[in-house]
Amino acid sequence: MTELSSIEVTALIALGALAVVFGAAVFIVDSMARATFALLASFLAIAGALLVLDLVYLAVVTALMMTIEMAVMAVFMIMFMMNPAGLMPMSMVHNKRGSVLAGATVFAVLVTGIWMVDWPTRRGLVPEDPTRQLGEAIMGSHMLVMLVIGIALFGTILAGTVLATSRGRYDRFGPDLKAPRPDDPVRGGVGR
Amino acid sequence: MTGEVVLQIVLTVAAGLVGVGLYGALSQQSIVMIMMGLELVLNGVLLAGGAAWFLITPELPDAQMLVVVTLVVMAVEMAMGFAVTIAIYRSRQVDMVDMATELKG
Repeated sequence: MTELSSIEVTALIALGALAVVFGAAVFIVDSMARATFALLASFLAIAGALLVLDLVYLAVVTALMMTIEMAVMAVFMIMFMMNPAGLMPMSMVHNKRGSVLAGATVFAVLVTGIWMVDWPTRRGLVPEDPTRQLGEAIMGSHMLVMLVIGIALFGTILAGTVLATSRGRYDRFGPDLKAPRPDDPVRGGVGR
Repeated sequence: MTGEVVLQIVLTVAAGLVGVGLYGALSQQSIVMIMMGLELVLNGVLLAGGAAWFLITPELPDAQMLVVVTLVVMAVEMAMGFAVTIAIYRSRQVDMVDMATELKG
């Protein structure tokens, strides 16, 4: 495919607009569950837009990853928010005017840039299989990016485990790790 | 519609997502809602990356790599955000950013 047909252009813009509408709904609705699923709808609209742009693999990854991520997010929202079901509407915002101003300013600056820049003309055609293009880049010319991503994800696993551990070895054996017996709430071993 | 105008319209939509997400991240009090705002900003980057690939350089994989990196940043942000939320709640019973002011100057 070389160019977008008018139907595809319409679909692309409509999906993008839907993503913005659902994104705004996240901060408007009272119910936390609804806010989470509004965010999911926004992500799915972007996955649809990526599909229109021929990026099938990335669209599927986005849709699957975000569906699971939002399912986890819904659990956290219900755990940590005071008003999970939205039965008692309450305001949970601070510095609303400053935030609106910051968001609007950033949007205005970006839009000005987008419409002022002399964008380069399109180079080349869409390859027959964009996923193959990405795969070959990951395993070839762009392997360094993938290596950095791998290390970053490994670091995330380690940091997540450290943060999730409620009692580490320093809590059990003291700051110098020299306590003869671990300080545990319940003593372990035989004959306790 | 020419490709350039389509690109500009799609990038404007992406800028809209960034603006809404920034508002959310700055205005919300709940830590989880702040994470949702950041995710919306990254959602705009996803759209912009995909549009840049298709409408500017479809023969190069660079913009596709940008989308992959954005997806990884989203995953890392969520994992670390949830871990920090649980850690700070466990130690201080804090679930809103206004309550976490120990380091305020």
